[in-house]
Amino acid sequence: MKKETVLKRAVSCLLAVTLTAALCGCAGGKKGGNSDKFTVGIPQDIDSLDPHDAVAAGTKEVLFNLFEGLLKPDSEGNLIPAVAQEMQEKENGKVYEFTLRSGIKFHDGSPVTVDDVAYSLNKCSATGPDGTPLVPEFANISKVETDEASSLITITLKQADTDFPAYLTCAITPEANKDKEDTAPIGTGPYKFVSYTPQDRLVVRRFDDYWGTKANIENVTFKIVPGTDTLVTDLEGGSIDMFARVLSEQARTLSENPEFQVLEGTMNLVQALYLNNGREPFKNEKVRQAICYAVNRQEILDYVSDGKGTIIGSSMYPSFKKYYMPELSDRYATDVEKAKSLLAEAGFSNGVSFTITVPSNYTQHVDTALVISRQLKEVGINAEIKEVEWGTWLSDVYTARNFDATVIGVDASNLTASALLSRFESKASNNFINFSDAAYDENYRKAMNETDDAARTESFKECERILSDRAANVYIQDLPEFVVIRKGYSGYRFYPLYVQDISLISRD
Amino acid sequence: MKRLLKSKSFRAGLVITVIMVLVTVAGYFFSPYDPEYMDLSLKFAGVSPGHIMGCDNFGRDIFSRVLCGCRTTLLVATGTVLIGCVGGVIVGSLTGYFGGVFDTVVMRINDVIFAFPAVLIALVFASLFGNGEATMILALGIAFIPSFARMVRSEFIRNRSLDYVESARLQGAGNVRIIFAHILPNAWPVLLQSVIIGFNNAVLAEAGLSYLGIGVQPPKASLGRMLSDAQSYIRISPGYALFPGLVIILMVLGLGLMGRSSYE
Repeated sequence: MKKETVLKRAVSCLLAVTLTAALCGCAGGKKGGNSDKFTVGIPQDIDSLDPHDAVAAGTKEVLFNLFEGLLKPDSEGNLIPAVAQEMQEKENGKVYEFTLRSGIKFHDGSPVTVDDVAYSLNKCSATGPDGTPLVPEFANISKVETDEASSLITITLKQADTDFPAYLTCAITPEANKDKEDTAPIGTGPYKFVSYTPQDRLVVRRFDDYWGTKANIENVTFKIVPGTDTLVTDLEGGSIDMFARVLSEQARTLSENPEFQVLEGTMNLVQALYLNNGREPFKNEKVRQAICYAVNRQEILDYVSDGKGTIIGSSMYPSFKKYYMPELSDRYATDVEKAKSLLAEAGFSNGVSFTITVPSNYTQHVDTALVISRQLKEVGINAEIKEVEWGTWLSDVYTARNFDATVIGVDASNLTASALLSRFESKASNNFINFSDAAYDENYRKAMNETDDAARTESFKECERILSDRAANVYIQDLPEFVVIRKGYSGYRFYPLYVQDISLISRD
Repeated sequence: MKRLLKSKSFRAGLVITVIMVLVTVAGYFFSPYDPEYMDLSLKFAGVSPGHIMGCDNFGRDIFSRVLCGCRTTLLVATGTVLIGCVGGVIVGSLTGYFGGVFDTVVMRINDVIFAFPAVLIALVFASLFGNGEATMILALGIAFIPSFARMVRSEFIRNRSLDYVESARLQGAGNVRIIFAHILPNAWPVLLQSVIIGFNNAVLAEAGLSYLGIGVQPPKASLGRMLSDAQSYIRISPGYALFPGLVIILMVLGLGLMGRSSYE
């Protein structure tokens, strides 16, 4: 009897194992999706439904489908008119005049008025609790005037700024919906809000009165898939039809599956080991440089993304062709000896210890941190890894700046150089690494006040050079982006910004 | 004990458990490679004489990591059971022995803790004290107290009015002496069973928590953590998930067989 029990247990264990393996194998058979329903997997929860309050790149890429500014970016990196029908620049970039698109409607069917535009712009230029406007560049607005009869909106700046139109991608929302912007948001984008379940999903529906080319798919759900572990199963099981940033190994697995297509682009992020410059030992520039020399970027790419990705050397990624400086990417070629001697010079010959805090939902960043930690050991630096949940990362690291170092990707919210560079100004409210450098501030200010495009670009490039020379952060790469979409859908396009334009996708 | 040794499933379980513990202890002194050493050329290397379980996505030797993982997992499980058992014995013996209002109040608090899933307690602790092994042991340990407490309490209630306790009391033995010297040894067989079951649950809970990313911090290996990391690569490198999984099965199976035979 007892012998039988042992046998029974062993057999049932074996059975469980084989069954699990077998089940894994047959999940691929299910057909998912139909023409009017499309589910997009996203890696994190929405931090705010109010487009003006949202800070996470992962939220903005979703809200891109719901909201538009006076202008909006297209996939080529151009600014195209959206809520505005046309724009006129006057007085060398000091005054901008917009004509409201005629007949344009909000999602609730009410017409967009010049007052709504003024409300939205004023909301974004109102100073928040930290003393800077929601859109920091709006501090430059001197006044916003509207003329209802001719549908004109005139924005006058304090100082001329030829890059200013790029900031006008901030969402236009109706004043009437003022109190419900974070619960039932209304915009003018190709999709309208239906429902949102925290930690679970955001459901949107095609906006049939959209002014431009209407979206193809009627119902779209953004489903939150925290952690990339279950992604392949989710895709193959049919619970999601698309995921924008899968790991390179997953891309390889899925590209062998006849049901999926894998597209490759870049993520448009500045991935770096961000160092808290306000804290020891990173107050010391030599320590920062030593870490830059100790890290082998190509090896990180090989480990984390099968060697794909673009190595970068400053806070700028290649899609910004005008500002990107490829020569900075080998500013700190791996040199273990040099790293050691720099550490010794800084007075840390006995080694340095610090903690790298990483958001656990981003496998790429966690893996990168692991490889960096390993590489730093070679020069006697002990970097411990602390995984935190995304919400904790945002509050502790990004907002409270309570961290030593972190691996994260920083995106650009619009198509200007300052979108990536403004945060390193000493007093910037989003300067989470506490970088402070007088020369940087001066060059940045010079660039912002300059109206000549070439001189302006040169000043921005000087800023990039300073970030690199001062080793503000350990710049790593612009990650490769693998987008997986179920076969039978087409039209996906990569943007030079961190957005997912679902309206272009159609069923064949 | 003799009765137990006669049982085949107990013997089978004992053999498996002893082997697992020996392997774990041996791994402490000897592991073929540094479990945290990365080697690019060995990324997803298959099973070979040099790497008997292959290599993971960082080219780390899976066998060395399994050895190290066993250690972490066993440590967490032992710590958890220790906290749960000591806490449970104190709560259970006092409430069971004294009874009355004290018993009612403490046991209701006990029920409240019991109603919380271990994962939830661990999440709260992780947000308070940060992730890590110590937090996990503490959280799981506390989550395990109620079940031990209930078991011990029922034994004490059964024993407290028996003749041997009465006679000890008549001889002038104090409450503390009666609880620990007289009743507790008699509750031992039941306690042993719950320790074994608790140990199993702790192994699985560690795997579960590390799998959720709130347990052991990378690059340190734990069996649960390895399983979770392996998930993304299950097609490319099935061994990465299979081997840690098998080891968890063996660990639980060994103790499970032992625990089972004690009530057969």
